Amino acid sequence: MSSESIIWLIPLPPLLAFFLIVLFTNKSKALSHSVAIGAAALSWLGGMVVFFRAVGVEHFGKEVFHSSINWIPTGDTWLKIGVLIDPLSAVTLFFVAWTVLMIFIYSVGYHNFGQPKGDHDQPGLPPHGATSEDEHGHKHTVPSIEPMYSRFFAFIGLFAFGMYTLVVSDNLLTLFVGWEIMGLCSYLLIGFWYGKPSARNAAIKAFMTTRIGDVFMLLGISFLYSATGTLSFQEIFTEHTLSVLASTVTPIFGLSAAGLIGLLLFIGTVGKSAQWPLHVWLPDAMEGPTPVSAMIHAATMVSAGVYAAIRMFPLITADFTGHGLTTTMSIIAFTGAFTALFAATIAVAQNDIKRVLAYSTISQLGFMIAALGIGAYVAAIFHLITHAFFKALLFLGSGSVIHGMEHGVLHTGDHSVDAQDMFNMGGLRKKMPITFWTFLIGGFALSGFPILTAGFWSKDEILADAFANGHMAVFITLAVAAFLTAFYTMRQITLTFLGEARTKSAEHAQETHWTMTMPLVILSVFAIGFGWFGIPEEFPLLGGLIPNWLHEFVGGTLAEHPEVLEFNIFPLLTSLIVALGGLLTGWLVYRNVKSAEDDKLQIKVLKNKYYFDEIYDFLFVKPAYWFSETFAYKFLDQTIIDGFLNRVGGVAAGIGHSFRQYFDAPVVNGFGDLVGEGAKRIGKIMAPIIQRGRIQYYMLASLVVAIIVAVLYYFLLV
Amino acid sequence: MTPDQIIFLLCAALIVSSALMVVTTRNLVHAALWLVAALFGVAILYALLQAGFLALVQVVVYIGAIAILFIFAVMLTRREMRDKGPQINQNWVISALLALLSFGGLVYILSSWDGFSKTANALPAGVDPLMVLGKALVSPDAFVLPFEVASILLLAALIGAVFIATSSKE
Amino acid sequence: MSIPLSWYLILSAALFSIGLFGVLARKNAVAILLGIELMLNAVNINLVAFWRYGTGSIAGQVFAIIVFAVAAAEVAVGLALIISVYRRRSTVIADDLDLLKW
Repeated sequence: MSSESIIWLIPLPPLLAFFLIVLFTNKSKALSHSVAIGAAALSWLGGMVVFFRAVGVEHFGKEVFHSSINWIPTGDTWLKIGVLIDPLSAVTLFFVAWTVLMIFIYSVGYHNFGQPKGDHDQPGLPPHGATSEDEHGHKHTVPSIEPMYSRFFAFIGLFAFGMYTLVVSDNLLTLFVGWEIMGLCSYLLIGFWYGKPSARNAAIKAFMTTRIGDVFMLLGISFLYSATGTLSFQEIFTEHTLSVLASTVTPIFGLSAAGLIGLLLFIGTVGKSAQWPLHVWLPDAMEGPTPVSAMIHAATMVSAGVYAAIRMFPLITADFTGHGLTTTMSIIAFTGAFTALFAATIAVAQNDIKRVLAYSTISQLGFMIAALGIGAYVAAIFHLITHAFFKALLFLGSGSVIHGMEHGVLHTGDHSVDAQDMFNMGGLRKKMPITFWTFLIGGFALSGFPILTAGFWSKDEILADAFANGHMAVFITLAVAAFLTAFYTMRQITLTFLGEARTKSAEHAQETHWTMTMPLVILSVFAIGFGWFGIPEEFPLLGGLIPNWLHEFVGGTLAEHPEVLEFNIFPLLTSLIVALGGLLTGWLVYRNVKSAEDDKLQIKVLKNKYYFDEIYDFLFVKPAYWFSETFAYKFLDQTIIDGFLNRVGGVAAGIGHSFRQYFDAPVVNGFGDLVGEGAKRIGKIMAPIIQRGRIQYYMLASLVVAIIVAVLYYFLLV
Repeated sequence: MTPDQIIFLLCAALIVSSALMVVTTRNLVHAALWLVAALFGVAILYALLQAGFLALVQVVVYIGAIAILFIFAVMLTRREMRDKGPQINQNWVISALLALLSFGGLVYILSSWDGFSKTANALPAGVDPLMVLGKALVSPDAFVLPFEVASILLLAALIGAVFIATSSKE
Repeated sequence: MSIPLSWYLILSAALFSIGLFGVLARKNAVAILLGIELMLNAVNINLVAFWRYGTGSIAGQVFAIIVFAVAAAEVAVGLALIISVYRRRSTVIADDLDLLKW
């Protein structure tokens, strides 16, 4: 089968799975997850085939897999849609296929497949445990199966479809379609447990915030279309089109058309990838089940945002001459770097195991975007891929931890213990070894532990690029953020796994099912190994042993192959110091911390996320509510429009009523009644006169009439 | 004044006065007897009109049967031998008016007819009116059918009268 | 003959009117029938007069004979009815026989 055909087919199995589960296999849990995992496996297989074929092609950047069809006729030309696998989308496809499949398999165990139905479980609320008897007659509370099991798999199937569509598309339109499908699915999945008000609010928040970004993105797309007449990547990223766009000046901030479009599209990324100022939805999105968090915040959705930005790189850098960043690029770099530091500071003060990872994601995305802003194309892609792997690993690992803790909670029956609070954990390395080791690998990768982990290589490349091109502000910010990253990661690991258990529930925690631990192991292989594909050539000792395949491969996406950086020891040293230093500091500080009161870094501002939620609520949410409730609803709708309509109705009713009262009843009815009543009365009066029963009277009457008739006859006719 | 006219006038006077007595007298038996007188006068009139057979039939049938029948009926439907109260009912004014009106109307209409004052022609000689009548009554291309029907009518009346008059005895 | 037709016709009209008055104005049912007899006789006079003063068709006399028969039948049945009513209601006053009243 040709690669193009396979590429067209890759997004389809998860979509089919969605429909099949929704329509047919809803009732059967086993069938639903089999359909979903089967679909994910099919897409994975397709992705792998395409990837390995792509890798085998020399100069793949020039010989891409492309296929398109005419879709909408627009005047003389057609709007075409199609699929495109170039090096960028090939590597993206690789990590998306793996992480999606792992998450699907993980979900089976996460939602407790095989466990009995819960005692009081309602669809819409997380499962609360079922009482089961063992052979001795002892009653235990065990984890219960998720009541909305099939629905979950249907939704993540749809989500996978959206992501695959985005990755394989060759034009902005279908990219945007995939983008929006993922937005919808994030709403559905964050609000999966719709019985919880916090989940519902989080879903709305996520959707609304990303929507703001999407509006600007749509503006950018429209502008692009009106400026170039096409949305297809291959047609936009030609020398000619780019130079035209770069030279057209727009009235907004004096940006060139390319810069403006790039900025608008970037705002879409800001929303989707939760950069400051649109970062507020991502921590709240932890309300969804952990596989969702892994999917949305590691493997797919946020990566899609960065992917789109990377895709638009030629447009963003269209007027970049290599000396001094353009306005757009500066904005991008600033946003990325600022977000990286900002989120890292908040992560230090969070106690919920998933919140730490959420802010960590925001921070790492900031790294990628900063890299893009300073023009480090390959570094951004590299970090995107490695981040997907180790962040998915970390999220799934945290889900495993939470599961183990919940097992302990159910065992002890102490439901006041929050299974997600790190200060309730401790010593879990003994109880959950696989989770511990894989989490450790992921955490080290995140921190940038040297050589062994993939995170080191990708983060180092970003820092090196920043340093080499003289963007010192970005370099320092990112370095500090890296230090904090390592610090809070080690904090997390120490509090969760090391030391002694702080609560009874932690003592009774238990390792999770193989469907959950197997994906962890597989992902950790990637978290370690993938980094070795991007070792810079000039790295001391190790450089040159393995060619920098990633740079060669991915760099070919751009029209001009990016130059290889000169090696400089300074950024390398910086990464080593911040990574190892951060890890050590974290361990030292939190080794002996017994509870939240002892934690000196529980600074209020950090804990409350710099009060951004409150600020937005005051500035935007409350006015919006006021506008819609008071102004639009009460005043415009009820008073004016409804009032007017009611009055019209009232007038009509009044007219009808007066017709009835003054015309119909007296005149029409009256006339009818008059005729009837009159006849009756005449009859009543006439009857005793005419019909007396006396024959002589009848004879008299008939004779009178006969004479009258005769007289009339005589006089009229004769 | 020819003798015929004198006879006619006398006869007319008899008839009219008898008729008036019939309709005004209180005593019903007297009324029946005045009827006899009137009928007799009519018979004389028939004779005057040279319908001798009819005069005879008038006397025999009308006076001899019908008037007797009336007398019998009067006798049979009397509670007391005395007559009670006036025999004229409450509508007599209008009735009188109507009667006068009808008389006047009839005369008026008839008078505008041009044959009103004609005199009688001589009867064709040699033809016996009785023979002609008899033949007409039984001749198939004359009046045998009405004649037979009249006889059936009489039969029906006979049966009917008997039935009505006797059935109420149960 | 020297008697004009009009005399007979006027006489017949007068007799008819008197009979009409009798029918309409008498209380006793038998008296009503007497009035009817007078009317029938008036008709007969008319018919015979027209026969005599007409074209000579015997139809006038035949008609008169039929009238005789009809009158006889009618009197018989009528009186039978009156007698039957008398037996039932013990009255022959026409005004008392008002079962047809509304």
